[in-house]
Amino acid sequence: MINIGEVIETNQMVEHENLDVRTITVGISLLDCGDSDLSKMKSKILAKIMRVAEKLPETAERIENEFGIPVVNKRIAVTPIALVGGSACKNEEDFAELAMTLDKAAKAVGVNLIGGYSALVSKSMTKADELLIRSLPLALNRTERVCSSVNLASTRTGINMDAVRMMGEILLQVAEGSRDRDSADCMKLVVFCNAPDDNPFMAGAFHGVTEGDAVINVGVSGPGVVKTAIEKMHGADFETLCETIKKTAFKVTRVGQAVAKEASRLMQIPFGIVDLSLAPTPAVGDSVADILCEIGLEYAGAPGTTAALAMLNDQVKKGGVMASSYVGGLSGAFIPVSEDQGMIDAASIGAITLEKLEAMTCVCSVGLDMIAIPGDTPATSISGIIADEMALGMVNQKTTAVRLIPAIGKQVGDKVEFGGLFGYAPVMPVNAFSCADFIRRKGRIPAPIHSFKN
Amino acid sequence: MEHTEKEKVIITVVGKDTVGIIAKVCTYLAENQVNILDISQTIVQDYFNMMMIVDLTGKAELFGKMQKDLDEIGDGIGVNIKCQKAEIFEMMHRI
Repeated sequence: MINIGEVIETNQMVEHENLDVRTITVGISLLDCGDSDLSKMKSKILAKIMRVAEKLPETAERIENEFGIPVVNKRIAVTPIALVGGSACKNEEDFAELAMTLDKAAKAVGVNLIGGYSALVSKSMTKADELLIRSLPLALNRTERVCSSVNLASTRTGINMDAVRMMGEILLQVAEGSRDRDSADCMKLVVFCNAPDDNPFMAGAFHGVTEGDAVINVGVSGPGVVKTAIEKMHGADFETLCETIKKTAFKVTRVGQAVAKEASRLMQIPFGIVDLSLAPTPAVGDSVADILCEIGLEYAGAPGTTAALAMLNDQVKKGGVMASSYVGGLSGAFIPVSEDQGMIDAASIGAITLEKLEAMTCVCSVGLDMIAIPGDTPATSISGIIADEMALGMVNQKTTAVRLIPAIGKQVGDKVEFGGLFGYAPVMPVNAFSCADFIRRKGRIPAPIHSFKN
Repeated sequence: MEHTEKEKVIITVVGKDTVGIIAKVCTYLAENQVNILDISQTIVQDYFNMMMIVDLTGKAELFGKMQKDLDEIGDGIGVNIKCQKAEIFEMMHRI
């Protein structure tokens, strides 16, 4: 029988340590919505999303009431639109119309974000992929809730450098399109290497082609819970520290598992995975950087940061996989700058740099995330940053991502404000030396060798 | 998770200690034919904490009403009363 101490501990985590279910994401296949007529396709897409996800908000509310655990976000992920829209979309305007349909569906259902305005181009691009990518400035400008991702590389295929070059330019256009809002549209656009099919977190969520008709994926979070647990571990050795993190991750992930199962039962949609990521928010005490400080760093970014993060990430996984048989998605510690007060502080005083963040992405999920850079950064340099991050993912057989915000009209030392869960970020310096000739080369970087791993 | 586990509900009462907290909650439960399986209480940082495990087997539809009613009773005596399905605690604290 459950004892009072355990009940108090759980409620304490919810009330004081920001334990919550970050997202219940319903994945919906749109592969059966194909049509050569654009308006027919739009109605099919709208009808299907509304039919499958209709009960999501009420289900989330019911779970919150039953378990007493907040469900912060309700979201939808759909099949990458480039795979669906090709038969009807003949130009960028046509694709943007599909984005507007997704936006309409998200508003009708009552979810705050919908992901899947995506293209998978890790080897090369179809005409539809290219049109979708070129439509991004238009699509993201005309919609509020649509998120987009582009998979540019994979361990099996290498890096599609033509697409990397294109994304550098596109990102600047997206930034320009929303310059009056601190280039905030860039928050809804992420590029990946080895993108997972079942990621419930935005902006990178899409419903992969290996998935069934519909699926429920849940993302849990709990940086505050981990931090509180290790606050009591001052001076403890690594074994004790690791045990504490593992146990905490287990408990947090079990919450996700319980919520996912219940959501699956209530909505009669199969349960997919629990993503056991530590996802910070700008709320005080909900920071991954604070955990690193608690482990023993003055600021995130100090020497030792990569090692501390590697340890944290690994223990979170070890605890988490014990808690759910189906762990998937990104599953690790997120290190977004603007969404984490500890990271914002570290970036503001210069403790952490773009290069250190890059090193950190080698040992955690996911990548260079929510980083504001000067708006006059050349497109080729943005492509260079993307290419570096893709290379890390490709060689290390892991997911990596880049979500940069080139803040138009802003310089290093300025600040961009996004509001709410997205927080704010100081504009960080980018290495000023050129990689233009490298980026101008055509073709792709071949897949790495999978043997001789020395 | 066995199905029977799902019918257990944990009621927690947190607040300043005062006369008749347990009596009020128990009276409500008795009036609604809800069986109490376990009661325990403790003081944490000067706050009164009580936990009850009650059995809602066959009365699952009562959960929403009970949650609302107990919330009102709690407001009346200046304590916070929460109802949560026991499953979440079983999941978190048992392998």
